[in-house]
Amino acid sequence: MTADSSQPVIELQGLEVKFGGRPILKGLNASLTGRCIGLLGPNGAGKTTLLHTLLGFHPPSAGTARIFGKDIQTGAKEIRGLMGYMPENDAFIAGMSGIRFVRLMGELSGLPSEQALERSHEALFYVGLGEARYRKVDTYSLGMKQMAKLAQALVHGPRLIFLDEPTNGLDPAARERMLKLVRDIRDEGKVNIILSSHLLRDVEDCCEEVLVLKDGRVATYCNLQAEREANRKFLQLEVRGGDEAAFTAAVEALGCEMAVDGKQRFKLVLPEGVEIRELYRVAAERQVQIRRLDSKRDSLQDIFLKAMETEVAGHGRV
Amino acid sequence: MAVYDRNFGIYQGERTPTWSRFLIIPRFAYQEVFQSRLFVAFLGFCFLLPFAGLLIIYLHHNLAALSFINVPLDRVQEVLPINATFFRRGLEFQGFLCFVLSLMVGPALISPDLRNNGLPLYLSRPFSRTEYVLGKAAVLALLMSAITWVPGLLLFFFQSYLDGASWMGKNLEIGTAIFFGSWIWIAVLSLLSLAVSAWVKWKPVARISLLILFYVPWGFAQVLNATQDTWWGFLVALWPTMTTVWTRLFGLPLEAANYNGNPMPLGAAWFALIACCLISLALLSRRIRAYEVVR
Repeated sequence: MTADSSQPVIELQGLEVKFGGRPILKGLNASLTGRCIGLLGPNGAGKTTLLHTLLGFHPPSAGTARIFGKDIQTGAKEIRGLMGYMPENDAFIAGMSGIRFVRLMGELSGLPSEQALERSHEALFYVGLGEARYRKVDTYSLGMKQMAKLAQALVHGPRLIFLDEPTNGLDPAARERMLKLVRDIRDEGKVNIILSSHLLRDVEDCCEEVLVLKDGRVATYCNLQAEREANRKFLQLEVRGGDEAAFTAAVEALGCEMAVDGKQRFKLVLPEGVEIRELYRVAAERQVQIRRLDSKRDSLQDIFLKAMETEVAGHGRV
Repeated sequence: MAVYDRNFGIYQGERTPTWSRFLIIPRFAYQEVFQSRLFVAFLGFCFLLPFAGLLIIYLHHNLAALSFINVPLDRVQEVLPINATFFRRGLEFQGFLCFVLSLMVGPALISPDLRNNGLPLYLSRPFSRTEYVLGKAAVLALLMSAITWVPGLLLFFFQSYLDGASWMGKNLEIGTAIFFGSWIWIAVLSLLSLAVSAWVKWKPVARISLLILFYVPWGFAQVLNATQDTWWGFLVALWPTMTTVWTRLFGLPLEAANYNGNPMPLGAAWFALIACCLISLALLSRRIRAYEVVR
């Protein structure tokens, strides 16, 4: 959880969803407050199902969820008025120009006709489709369709945007443009974003909080913002020979947090005031050779892989 | 905000009332429907009969014109009768045009949304499945209204104006029959077209399916009724069922429905129409979902 004590954007309390008796989401518990929240997980982990449940497409079979404090079942319509949704798959209304498509979506969200038209122009310019706004959406390239989907999710000025795999099928340049837009929207500070993706870099680039799902459960929660602020660096050591047990004991005696990271590999955090040369001294005293020493930060990839390896708990974060 | 500012802001202005949002769908749909010249020509053709009806009613009350075309004044009611049959026949003809209209417009209403995954875009907004179906049905209902009960009632009021309030008082049944009879047919056709559009993604195939649903059971009914000397066959045929209801709404005997053999009982006709609507609704409810859940 972030240090921010404001109302959670999303609260999940024992949320379960079943399709035909088969559990898809299994008792999710979480409270998320970040400006940009990432939903991460392998294919089939339940990310899209969670988004659809929050949108009211699937009724929960048990538990509940709240968005800005409003229950998704009793306040579905009100909640949808606050949200913008960019679906994962190709989604558009055939036979319409970009501007009419986005305008229709704006009007369906409750904007008066003139406002919807004005904001459609703005939204399409914002996502970079200004020059193509009078072309039929059917004729857009995949990247343009993705941008048009983003424009329709923004046109009515929502407080919360769900982006489901926004970089799907984009070439590197288009992907970078999409991520930049997401970061821009985040940095404007007016909207909360839920970004669902299986691409770690997308989430790491844009999000402050990450909820990792695995097999319909919360595998782990990570506050990337807090991690970045703490700026904790790890050392990875690979050693050979000598008295390994004595070496680890001596390193721990220095006050280092230490964990075995494989055969003859260690991961450790140096405490304040302890220099790396101390490690070499301890190693030399115990005839241990330090073959490799890397300084690195615990990346989202490490967190994700760790979460995938470990057995999932009923709830990850709270 | 000017477009060149290129930033993004929350909208905090006025919102349109929720109840009226389903009408946005027909407004956008008409812009496309009226781009077809064939459709515009057809719609023009749909107003020929009401215009002819208008002329007949005018002639009926214009003594100079009657004498000009050599119609004796004492036989005017026989030559140019303005009665329940006159209005019922008009409604029947316009009703058939409604079917043609549903063939032209109906299949393109839902299938493109399903083909292009458009439904999640509608349903992720404060816009329900019911409003979506209502909006799509309104596309057909408004067009069909324009060629059935609206001109029908205009003719009825024109006749009442020329014949006096007493005619209107005596024939109020005709006015109500035009209004309710039209709406029943509009509801049946709209729901059926939408259901077909929701299940058949390819427009030409959807049109053929509608034609089959209209004519094949009718042919089957004729054969069954002729060979078995019964009316049961009409239970699956939309058109004879609807004309039976219209005939009774206009206060005419069921024999006037103009079908050989046994006339269909009114209760059975109502049952068939209601069943058709319910089945169409069930098919729509099954199909109109943001996402298909694969179990």
